[in-house]
Amino acid sequence: MKTQLHIDWTSCDGRGLCAELLPGVLDRDDWGYPVARGKAGRERTDVPLRDADLEAAQEAVVLCPKLALSLHERKVQ
Amino acid sequence: MSQANDTYPPVPMQEGTRQEPRLLAAGPDAGWAQHLDTFGTWEPHTAGPGLLEELAAAGLTGRGGAAFETWRKATAAAGSGRKGMFPGRPVVVANGAEGEQLSFKDRTLLAHAPHLVLDGLMALAEALGGASTYVYAPAAGLPRVQQAISERPRGKRIRLVQSPETFISGESSAVVNMIAHGSAVPTDQRRRLSESGLNGRPTLVVNVETLAQVALIARYGAPWFRHAGTPTDPGTRLVSVSGPAPARDVVLEVPGGAQLSAVLEEAGMDPAALSAVLVGGYHGRWVRPAGHALSPVGPPARTARPGAGVIHALDLQACGIQATARMVSYLADQSARQCGPCMFGLPAMASVLNRIAGGETNHRLASELDRLGKLVTGRGACRHPEGTTGLVSSALEVFAPDFRAHLSGYCTGPGGAAA
Ligand code: SF4
Ligand code: SF4
Repeated sequence: MKTQLHIDWTSCDGRGLCAELLPGVLDRDDWGYPVARGKAGRERTDVPLRDADLEAAQEAVVLCPKLALSLHERKVQ
Repeated sequence: MSQANDTYPPVPMQEGTRQEPRLLAAGPDAGWAQHLDTFGTWEPHTAGPGLLEELAAAGLTGRGGAAFETWRKATAAAGSGRKGMFPGRPVVVANGAEGEQLSFKDRTLLAHAPHLVLDGLMALAEALGGASTYVYAPAAGLPRVQQAISERPRGKRIRLVQSPETFISGESSAVVNMIAHGSAVPTDQRRRLSESGLNGRPTLVVNVETLAQVALIARYGAPWFRHAGTPTDPGTRLVSVSGPAPARDVVLEVPGGAQLSAVLEEAGMDPAALSAVLVGGYHGRWVRPAGHALSPVGPPARTARPGAGVIHALDLQACGIQATARMVSYLADQSARQCGPCMFGLPAMASVLNRIAGGETNHRLASELDRLGKLVTGRGACRHPEGTTGLVSSALEVFAPDFRAHLSGYCTGPGGAAA
């Protein structure tokens, strides 16, 4: 099992708090919305996390003003 | 002449072609009697779980765009219906929304062979242990479906829902959202629809042509289905073919793995008189008319993914950059404006492309277009951003000489004619 950070794009408003809390995982795009660093395709919507980033990710989930973030477990393919 | 014949492209007679008509074999505007006459009597409600195995053996893939294996999708929904804390009765939706302006094969099929679609819908619902059934289609198609339902001894419980005429209205989560809440925009998919769709029930959204294929496979079996097409792309598919005048819009049924050039010829076009062909629609890609087979699998250099079956040809005099710029402007306009990267990124891409098309000579524009495409990809509730990027990057590739010419201050038609 691997934990992923899911971004609900329909809720996110791009103020960028998550990128501040997870600077190693998320960058910001031209308009402020989060971009997963070094990821391609749908891994930019369901972002695989390293264990070291879990705590900060949990904090981002709680603090995101739009409740746009969630953590979930996916089987490693 | 029936109304359907006046409203929809004619059913091709397919003289002199290699593919015998299957889906449209009952002829134009087929009613219940004609349907039974052509395909034989068969009770879709007798279909059981064995149908899913038959679909697996047939190797049927979705005809609505994603080309996902139908049996896998159905098995996932069947599995979710059985487990979980509140096992819900599954839902099957026949999806007849083709938001794409260049697509007309689904409305043609619904107009001429509605009973085949309903057979497939009912059979699949039975195979899932008695799922609820819906038909989702544009306003113009619904009366014919309603009429077909009333002609049948069974099927009264099938519900009809009207789809709006927007590009994104046929996206699976938008379909479910429309049925549930009357809003045909995609929703965030933390959970798959096959796990939790309409009212939390396992939901299967299936293209209408795919369902018609299911009906044929249920009747005649997988080996019959595989008799057409290739081992990796078995069966037939409907394609909506359009191109420069005098070619008329036409729906053709072609075998899997068909050569694009043969399909163009069958539609009355000379491949040598075309500069490029859009395969798979606005979320598809531009290819050269020669040397490509239509197939969801295979190397990109020799195959073009048919997607929802859209084939649109561009003549030698037309400017591919201008054509693509118009399409991307439309796609940007059709963003459901819910997701930031799509809402801002697509108009930004359209604007750069329009500047190139309009003759701005700034060599950085092409790389900016490429950068924006890479930036939006994978970052939306639906695949609209990556679909749009795919179209743009194919244009950058196929029309590369034209891009260079544009950025140096010329618009050179692919045939050498200055525009
Ligand atoms: S904190 Fe939430 S709303 Fe803000 S940019 Fe991140 S995901 Fe979007
Ligand atoms: S990605 Fe674009 S089209 Fe898709 S749901 Fe988001 S805003 Fe709408």
